[in-house]
Amino acid sequence: MREKGNDLRGSSQSYDIVIIGGGPAGLAAAVSARESGIESILILERDKELGGILNQCIHNGFGLHTFQEELTGPEYADRFIQKVNDLKIEYRLNTMVMDISPDRRVTAMNRTDGMFVIRAGAVILAMGCRERARGALNIPGYRPAGIFSAGTAQRLVNREGYMPGREVVILGSGDIGLIMARRMTLEGAKVKAVAELMPYSGGLKRNIVQCLDDYGIPLKLSHTVVDIRGKERVEGVTLAQVDENGRPVPGTEEYYPCDTLLLSVGLIPENELSRGMGVGINPVTSGPVVNESLETNIPGVFACGNVLHVHDLVDYVSKEAAAAGRNAAAYVQSLSGESSFVRGTDSGITLEAESGVRYTVPSVIRPAYMEDSLTVRFRVGGVYRNCYVSVYFDGERVIHRMRPVMAPGEMEEIVLKKEQLLQYPSLKTVRFTVEEV
Amino acid sequence: METKNLTCINCPMGCSITVKMDGGRIVSITGNTCKRGEDYAGKELTNPTRIVTTTVKVTGGQSNTVSVKTGKDIPKEKIFDCVRELKNVQVQAPVRIGDVVASDIAGTGVDVVATGNVERTGVDVAEAGNV
Ligand SMILES: Cc1cc2nc3c(=O)[nH]c(=O)nc-3n(C[C@H](O)[C@H](O)[C@H](O)COP(=O)(O)OP(=O)(O)OC[C@H]3O[C@@H](n4cnc5c(N)ncnc54)[C@H](O)[C@@H]3O)c2cc1C
Ligand code: SF4
Repeated sequence: MREKGNDLRGSSQSYDIVIIGGGPAGLAAAVSARESGIESILILERDKELGGILNQCIHNGFGLHTFQEELTGPEYADRFIQKVNDLKIEYRLNTMVMDISPDRRVTAMNRTDGMFVIRAGAVILAMGCRERARGALNIPGYRPAGIFSAGTAQRLVNREGYMPGREVVILGSGDIGLIMARRMTLEGAKVKAVAELMPYSGGLKRNIVQCLDDYGIPLKLSHTVVDIRGKERVEGVTLAQVDENGRPVPGTEEYYPCDTLLLSVGLIPENELSRGMGVGINPVTSGPVVNESLETNIPGVFACGNVLHVHDLVDYVSKEAAAAGRNAAAYVQSLSGESSFVRGTDSGITLEAESGVRYTVPSVIRPAYMEDSLTVRFRVGGVYRNCYVSVYFDGERVIHRMRPVMAPGEMEEIVLKKEQLLQYPSLKTVRFTVEEV
Repeated sequence: METKNLTCINCPMGCSITVKMDGGRIVSITGNTCKRGEDYAGKELTNPTRIVTTTVKVTGGQSNTVSVKTGKDIPKEKIFDCVRELKNVQVQAPVRIGDVVASDIAGTGVDVVATGNVERTGVDVAEAGNV
């Protein structure tokens, strides 16, 4: 263990791996990096505790895959926090990372150490995501009190024991909105409707059943808020149906008296730091472009979890982050000559997303650096029933998998085998596409 | 014969399950991918249950509330009774994950346990760990 671990002042400190963010992604990455043999690891977290967004997600439904039991968010986080403590991995709380330079100098700040700089052998980006601002809303007029993002309402109710309102309309059917519809109902509020612009919900089906259907809360698909009434405080909102182009259909307006409007209009990866250091960003995911090692265009800088692309299931976050931790460990070990992980200048095989598949993570594969198998994660752009996910190696279809249902709200995955890729030495592109029967 | 369509909530697959019933008796269950879906459908049509999560008040702690859950799923019609009873529950810090905060909630025979940790006020919470 580090003797002077407490004193981060001065720019002499260095760690093999510095992890930005102590949510489930940062924690799982730290654990797997340590299990891969890296001693010197530091997690930097701006909040007053580890666990990230899970601390406010008090509902159950986490860890079905990882632990085969249904945990709540704080319980799931605690499993990983315990591991971090058992493995004696160093972390700093209330510590905000301000800047990362392309040569991996991490500038951070907290009350104890002030501003300090740490040199990192490898950096793992695990900053999670934030909610889309209400500016994303296209509603003219006043901005009265009583409009909250669903995540803010979740924090107020679950962490601070404060109810933001009594009569609620929710715009957007993402999981946070659905979860909050139930939560506020249980706390005695009347949730009048959930309006969703798209003709399908952005949330998990199980949440529509457990959070809306159970309580008789109507889900109004292809609807949006066209007017908000109230000057000081919200007094009501008008919902209207929208056409295929998302434009309100005149004559379909319906007025709902309410004192609160919750917005659950989506999450975006938090990549200000990544952009600042020159990490290339995929415009579809708003997350870094990464290769098979979850490494960005900057050598030694890795990304995982919601900062890479928005996940609906924390189990997948933990798995992805564990891979990033292993890869970062291999990177550090290669610098010291302990492993053969060398970032090739070869450009690798490009993964392309087509007809129905919106994106893939990763977007480049260099088979030589790949583990025996690689999970490619992606989302589709619409609802598909009884369709195939097909994977083409250049012109040849090599994977053709039936999916009974696919929806934008649920992440899909396909596993590629290294063996299989190595059989195609001159392969240039791997295409992912949805095919009808 | 009556046909009911359900969505299994046991995992994110959310399978669409079709149940054929004849006078309250289940004749067939189709559409589920695994056994859990069959069990869910059977239960959902006879005795639907849910795990309930909420928060209870904490005194003398660094947070005023702690998150809790029912240790097992309880009948759906007891959800509101359960939450109402928990409004009157107050626990003393420190609270640890797994601590029982109320037993036999709403007469269901099920205990309610903490799902978060709350330290006592005055206890210094480390700003750094494992240094
Ligand atoms: C409301 C809601 C409901 C959900 N429901 C479920 C569910 O039922 N089941 C399920 O499996 N999954 C669910 N999820 C998904 C799951 O919780 C997330 O995918 C997961 O938490 C993402 O982990 P992360 O570590 O990438 O991000 P986060 O948990 O957001 O962690 C990121 C951390 O980085 C820190 N950070 C950011 N910037 C900086 C900086 N500059 N310096 C220092 N620290 C920084 C943040 O403070 C935060 O702690 C839900 C998510 C939400 C938001
Ligand atoms: S039937 Fe099985 S696979 Fe389908 S949603 Fe239920 S638990 Fe999941």
